[in-house]
Amino acid sequence: MSTGVPADQHLDLTLRVNGAARQVRVPPRRLLSDALRHDLELTGTHVGCEHGVCGCCTVLLDGQPVRSCLMFAVSARDHEVTTVEGLTPDGDGLHPIQRAFQECHGLQCGFCTPGFLMSVAGLLDDNPDPDRNEIVEGISGNLCRCTGYQNIIAAVERAAELIAQSSGDLPRADAGEPAPERAAPPPPYGAAGPDVPGAARDEDAGPEVVS
Amino acid sequence: MKPPPFAYHAPATVDEALTDLARLGDDGKVLAGGQSLIPLLNMRLAAPAALVDINGVAGLDRIDVDGAVTVGATVRHTALERHAQALDACPLLRQALRLVAHPVVRNRGTVCGSIAHADPAGELTAVLALLGGKVRVERAGAAPSGIAADRFFLAPLESALTAGDLVTAVTFPRMPTGAGSAFVEIARRHGDYALCGIAAVVQLDGDSAISSARVGAISIHPTPLVVDCGEVLTGRSLDDADALRAAGDLVDSASEPASDLHATVDYRRQLTRVLTARALAAAADHARTRSQEAA
Repeated sequence: MSTGVPADQHLDLTLRVNGAARQVRVPPRRLLSDALRHDLELTGTHVGCEHGVCGCCTVLLDGQPVRSCLMFAVSARDHEVTTVEGLTPDGDGLHPIQRAFQECHGLQCGFCTPGFLMSVAGLLDDNPDPDRNEIVEGISGNLCRCTGYQNIIAAVERAAELIAQSSGDLPRADAGEPAPERAAPPPPYGAAGPDVPGAARDEDAGPEVVS
Repeated sequence: MKPPPFAYHAPATVDEALTDLARLGDDGKVLAGGQSLIPLLNMRLAAPAALVDINGVAGLDRIDVDGAVTVGATVRHTALERHAQALDACPLLRQALRLVAHPVVRNRGTVCGSIAHADPAGELTAVLALLGGKVRVERAGAAPSGIAADRFFLAPLESALTAGDLVTAVTFPRMPTGAGSAFVEIARRHGDYALCGIAAVVQLDGDSAISSARVGAISIHPTPLVVDCGEVLTGRSLDDADALRAAGDLVDSASEPASDLHATVDYRRQLTRVLTARALAAAADHARTRSQEAA
């Protein structure tokens, strides 16, 4: 017999989110998505349908994308959670996937974007050079009501290029150099953050906003 | 859209989990991957008084491949999808798993959960039924039992499990050398529930004559439907369009599809006939390829 936690009792949990240990006090029924947004004030994770259809709330659990609305906070104990805020842990600059979405206009209203970014992070971690079909299948669990998806697909292709370029000074396969066995994996998501040249803000990438 | 309150149990061993489930009876529900259960909770279609979270139970995350592929209760779809040895022993699993929901859902959802949920639209229910697999069920104070797939699925979302039962593993038999398989389905979008899905396992005698052909179907019957097409296909060639049409009619006549928002009965019957022919032809191609590889 295990010690049960009554429905009305709160649990003191330590969650590892974006590389930091965070304390929360939640009832068993608290969804991970709500714990992130309400208890930890990490509102980058969006909540759309709350039954696993739209993909807005996607976060990484030990590096794998999962729906945070289909998990309880208590189930995230002993796991590493990465939210969209964790793509750029120092809050500075854009991750290569974010840059690609910006360059390719892979978003309009932006509501679905955090979920797409996290799904794509998982997809490219798994398969650094996906073909178009693999991309379409990889993002099939995320809904976007603005873009019509074409720019998102282009953004994923561009993100793969940017990550390949930024993962060290490896010769590119198309540069006439011998291709590496496999591109070096992108840096792990976590406290250290993506220590990659492409992740830093590139002032030439877009027009300056003059206020 | 928030789950109703529930008491939470997190047993560390199978014995603890069984004791929890026995004590809770009808009030207790097993939480594994939660990819079907939590939507039901969020939409308040289910309100169990207590959840028994088995994710921390030691020893349930194993995949064993010997004479068969045995998958423990907390093995995620993705883990099985990446297990080369298991997929070699049972290629139909590879063909079915890529159709189970979306990659993000497969990262969390469990194989045993798909079976225990007994959704007649679930791809893995048809795989288990078609291959004649077994469900290992344990309960406090009783010896573990193995329930054959054809006695496990009783009605939509209803299985032979009773209060206090825990599925600890499911076993998919190894496919015979030279047997080919395929899983085809039509869904509105990739990863959605299939309007109709057909799995087929075909064995050939020589290069094209059929020696056995069986079909498993989803979304066209209250339970995963298995049809032996031997009577209309044995000895015939799968290049024979009449034979394929006869098999489609046979599966259609065995099924009891229902209309819903997504497809009418007539449309499901049409899909059944067309997809049965496609699945059998693809399985025969696969059988040829496997025989050549084995030779």
